[in-house]
Amino acid sequence: MYQWHFDIVWGYRWLFVSGTAVTIGLTVAVVVLGLLVGLVAGIAQISRFPVLRWLSWLYIEMFRLTPLLVLLLWFYYALPMMTGIKLDALSASIVTLALYGGSFYAEVIRGGIVSIDPGQSEAGLALGMTPARVMRRIVLPQAIKRMIPPLMNQSIIQFKNTSLVSVLAVPDLLYQGQVAAMDTYRALEVYTVIAAIYFVVLLPLTVIVKRAERHLAQST
Amino acid sequence: MTTCKIEVAGLRKSFGSLPVLRDINLKVDTGSVVALIGPSGSGKSTLLRCLNLLVIPEGGRVRIGDHSFSFDQGAKLPGVREQARFRSTTGMVFQHFNLFPHMTVIENVMEGPVWVKNMPKAEAADRARKLLAKVGLSDKVDVFPNKLSGGQKQRVAIARALAMEPAVMLFDEVTSALDPELVGEVLGVMRELAAEGMTMIIVTHEIGFAREVADRVIFMRDGVIVEAGPAREVIGQPKQEATRSFLSHFHNRG
Repeated sequence: MYQWHFDIVWGYRWLFVSGTAVTIGLTVAVVVLGLLVGLVAGIAQISRFPVLRWLSWLYIEMFRLTPLLVLLLWFYYALPMMTGIKLDALSASIVTLALYGGSFYAEVIRGGIVSIDPGQSEAGLALGMTPARVMRRIVLPQAIKRMIPPLMNQSIIQFKNTSLVSVLAVPDLLYQGQVAAMDTYRALEVYTVIAAIYFVVLLPLTVIVKRAERHLAQST
Repeated sequence: MTTCKIEVAGLRKSFGSLPVLRDINLKVDTGSVVALIGPSGSGKSTLLRCLNLLVIPEGGRVRIGDHSFSFDQGAKLPGVREQARFRSTTGMVFQHFNLFPHMTVIENVMEGPVWVKNMPKAEAADRARKLLAKVGLSDKVDVFPNKLSGGQKQRVAIARALAMEPAVMLFDEVTSALDPELVGEVLGVMRELAAEGMTMIIVTHEIGFAREVADRVIFMRDGVIVEAGPAREVIGQPKQEATRSFLSHFHNRG
């Protein structure tokens, strides 16, 4: 029978706290940046200029159809060789995750915008608004309501995706866990605690998403 | 003296390979009411949408008031801002209301004046209240559109269009989506507008209303104007067989 020794793990608690802080901070950064990238790419998808539509399509598919781990390694090791731009591990992680998440956000944002009845745009145009103003005043306020649940879902996935940055030695939760596991030879306890921390942080968020979805279903 | 407010010459439009408007010519006098009738797919809604450039024609000319655009080969198409400025001089009311669901009734009516004409909010609110009183909805100022009946929604939509003080009002089958008992209240508002001298173009299936309110009736089929003339003549004694056959579907409703 295996003897659990969580007391050993307790000695590394500050390592876990700092790892959790890095993971949360990283998530906030890549969610905010990803949303900005996604908004631009999503709107470009429905632009009247074919070049913008084509460029955003290329970006979205390139990042959606490549494994995140491959992208991380590429931005950290291959990008400097190709361009001479050397990113430190944290910057490479943020850039990669933001671009990766942005490609998924873009699809959600595009979908939200096109889900709004074209009659809404027509009514705004008929009043004499420019297309840009119609987007800001009429379409986006309605579309954002519909986008919120899928955007939050995508952000939860982004939170979990940050664990991959440990391969670049960014000191996130998983990386610190690996340090503790190697130190203590207590992989079972350490990784159980790590998994539990991810779970506990995300649980309230999923509850909020479920509520938002239910609220949205009621308000037509 | 009557002046010509709207002038359309040689207007053409197709959707893909399907021509929907072929060489449309039309003049509307200031203060007159024109009813466009005809079967579905005859191009009457497309013609209406060409008048405020929600649909961009492929040929011909459109003039409303002092604004005039040519869509013939080689003519420079109006830019985004020019289109917007032009549309602000026409008011359009849609079959499905298209009220903004995230705004209250009064905000719907204020939206155009505040964001297109840069009118101060207080002044726009004043104007909106007057217009809502005019269409009989003073008690609905602060509710959201989803709490209104179809007839009420359409009256808000009319107030929203009027708030821009348009030179012309375009009505696109505005009673077609309404329950029969709600049609009257919307037609009542339109009747009042016509009596005040608003220049109006009405796409409608309400033949009785067209005969009563319109000065001229235009019958369209397959993208061409088949017959046009004074309302009583076109509806009462149609000259063309196509017009007669179309109107025969309505005789029991006259």
